[in-house]
Amino acid sequence: MKAADVKTIGILGAGRVGTALARRAIAAGYDVKIATSRPPAEIGLLVEIMVPGARAETAEAVIAGSDVVVLALPLSKYRNLRPALFAGKIVVDAMNYWAPTDGVMSEFEGDRASSEIIQDYLTDALIVRSFNHMGYHEIEEEARAAGHPDRRALAVAGDDAQARRVVAAFIDHLGFDPVDAGELAASRSFVTGTPIFGASLDQAEMTRVLQGTYERAY
Amino acid sequence: MELGVYSFGDVQKDPVTGKLGSTAQATRNLLEAIQLADQVGLDYFGIGEHHTYEMPASAATVVLGAAASTTKNIKLGSAVTVLSTDDPVRVYQQFATLDALSNGRAEITAGRGSSTESFPLFGHSLNDYDELYAEKLDLLLKINESESITWSGKFRPALNEALIVPRPENGSLPIWLATGGNPHSSVRAGLLGLPISYAIIGGQASRFAPLADLYRRAAAQANIPEAQIKVSVASPGFVGDDAAQAKERFWTHWHAVMESLGKIRGFAPPPRHHYDKEASGGGALFVGAPEEIAERIVTLHKSIGHMRQFLQMDVGQLPQKEFLRSIELLGTRVKPLVDAELGAARS
Ligand SMILES: NC(=O)c1ccc[n+]([C@@H]2O[C@H](COP(=O)([O-])OP(=O)(O)OC[C@H]3O[C@@H](n4cnc5c(N)ncnc54)[C@H](OP(=O)(O)O)[C@@H]3O)[C@@H](O)[C@H]2O)c1
Repeated sequence: MKAADVKTIGILGAGRVGTALARRAIAAGYDVKIATSRPPAEIGLLVEIMVPGARAETAEAVIAGSDVVVLALPLSKYRNLRPALFAGKIVVDAMNYWAPTDGVMSEFEGDRASSEIIQDYLTDALIVRSFNHMGYHEIEEEARAAGHPDRRALAVAGDDAQARRVVAAFIDHLGFDPVDAGELAASRSFVTGTPIFGASLDQAEMTRVLQGTYERAY
Repeated sequence: MELGVYSFGDVQKDPVTGKLGSTAQATRNLLEAIQLADQVGLDYFGIGEHHTYEMPASAATVVLGAAASTTKNIKLGSAVTVLSTDDPVRVYQQFATLDALSNGRAEITAGRGSSTESFPLFGHSLNDYDELYAEKLDLLLKINESESITWSGKFRPALNEALIVPRPENGSLPIWLATGGNPHSSVRAGLLGLPISYAIIGGQASRFAPLADLYRRAAAQANIPEAQIKVSVASPGFVGDDAAQAKERFWTHWHAVMESLGKIRGFAPPPRHHYDKEASGGGALFVGAPEEIAERIVTLHKSIGHMRQFLQMDVGQLPQKEFLRSIELLGTRVKPLVDAELGAARS
C-alpha cells in the first residue's frame, strides 16, 4: 500500500474517538466506513447524524473494504477482534490502557506499550500507534493546514516503516504534523503518564521530546 | 432556561494560612451554598458523588435533605449519582424521601461518574463497568414506574413484589441520564425517553449540538412524547464582578484541579492559553462577568436547545466567600439577562 493509494478509512468504534476521527477524515476527502460490535442497522441513526457521509457496515466489511483501519474501541474489548481479518492490513491503534475504565488487565500491566500486545494479538496486521495521546475533540478543533504555525504534531510508531509512512501521510492530510517515533516499542514514550500524553506539541517540540525519552528509555 | 449550580462538596483552603479546611466544614459550606442558590432564585442544585478528602460529597441526599427544609423553590438533585456502585433500591428510597421532604423537588441524575473510588469502596469490580451500569439503570427505572417490583439480575438479590416507598409527590421522579459525549448514550437516553444531561467540561461546547440532535432523533424514532425530551448542560463556570479578575481567579483553582487530575490520570495539565480559549467564546468554561456568561449561555442554547445549565464553581479549593458571590451573581445578574433573552423557566 502506498500513501497516495489510501482512499478509504475503516473505523472500528463509533464512540468519541471514532466519530471525531471519522468526521475529520471525511472533511479531508476520504471515504469512511464505520463498525461497532452491533449490527450496522443499530448504529445507522448514530452514524447518519454524527458522521454524515460515512457508512455503517459490519466489522468484516469495514476491514476488508478499507485501505487503513483505525482501532477506536475500548482496549478492554480487543479480544473481540478477529485476527484473521486483519492480515496484511495497515492498522492505526488509537487505544490506550487505563485500568480505572478498562478494568485491570494483567497483559497491559507490564512495561510494554499496549500496542505491542495488540501487535502480538493481531499477528499479521501492520500496527501503527498514533492519535492516542490527544483528546478526542482536539482531532477536529486543532487540525490545521500544512505550514500553519499552530499545527500540532502527532507521534507515529510501528514496526513496519512503509506502514508508518502511509499513516504519516494520512495524519498530514487530516491536519497534523506526523513525527516518526520509530518501531512500536517507541510508543512507550507517548502512552498515558508520559510528557507527550495530553500535551499540545509542535513538530520540533515533539521531535525533541521523543528523542529525549527514547534515549532515556533504551 | 433554568440556571443552577453543582458541586462535589470541595473542601476550601484558607486564603491566609493556605491550610485545607475540614471535610465537615465543607459539608456545612455546601448546605450554605444551596440555601443561597435558592434565595437568589436559581432553579437547580446538584451534588456529585465523590469519596475523597478534597471532594467529600459522599452522601448527597443527606445534605439535600437538610436543604429541603430550609429552601423553597430550588430543585435538588445529584450530579451525578454513581449508580454502578450503589443499590438502586436504596438510591430510590433516599431520593423519594428527599422528594417528600421538599414537596416534589427531588431529581436523580444517573451516570458512570468521572472517578472510580466508589468501586473498591463498595466492593465492585471495574471489569463489570458496563454491565453494572446497564443492570442498575434498568432496576432504577422499573422502581420509578411502580411501587411494587418483581425483578431479578446479576448484581443483587431478586425482588419479589417488593414495596419501595415512599413514593414521589408527583408520581415519579425525574431521572436524568448523564453523559460526557459518547454518542451511544445519547441514543440510549432518547430511546428510553429519559432527559439527558451533558457534562461539557472541555473543548468547544457546541460540539454537543449533533449529540443533542441525535438524542432528539432517537426519541422521535421511539415515539417519545415531546414533553419528556429535555437537555441540560453541566459545565465548569464562575461568575465574578469583573471579567478579568474572575478569569484569573478561576484559572488558579481550575489549574490546580487539572494538575492533580493529570497526576492521577497521566496527562499533561493544559497551559494558560488553552484555558483562555476555553474560558471565552464557544469554550466549555463559563468564566467571566455576568453579561458575558449570560450571552454565552444564550449562544449555546441556540445550538443545543438545552432547558437548563448548571455550573461547577467551587473547584480546586475555591474560598467559600467567592463561591457564594458567584452563586449570587448567577442568580441576581445572569439569570435576569438570560430570562430576558429566552424567557423565564417554566416548571
Ligand atoms: N476519549 C478520548 O479523548 C480518547 C483519546 C485518545 C484515545 N482514546 C482511546 O480510544 C479508545 C476509544 O475511546 P472512546 O472514548 O472513543 O470510547 P467510547 O466513546 O466508549 O466508544 C467506544 C466505541 O467502541 C465500540 N466497540 C466496542 N467493542 C467493539 C468491537 N469489538 N468492535 C468495534 N467496535 C467496538 C463501541 O460501540 P458498541 O458498544 O456498539 O460496540 C463504541 O462505539 C479507547 O481505547 C481510549 O482509551 C480515547
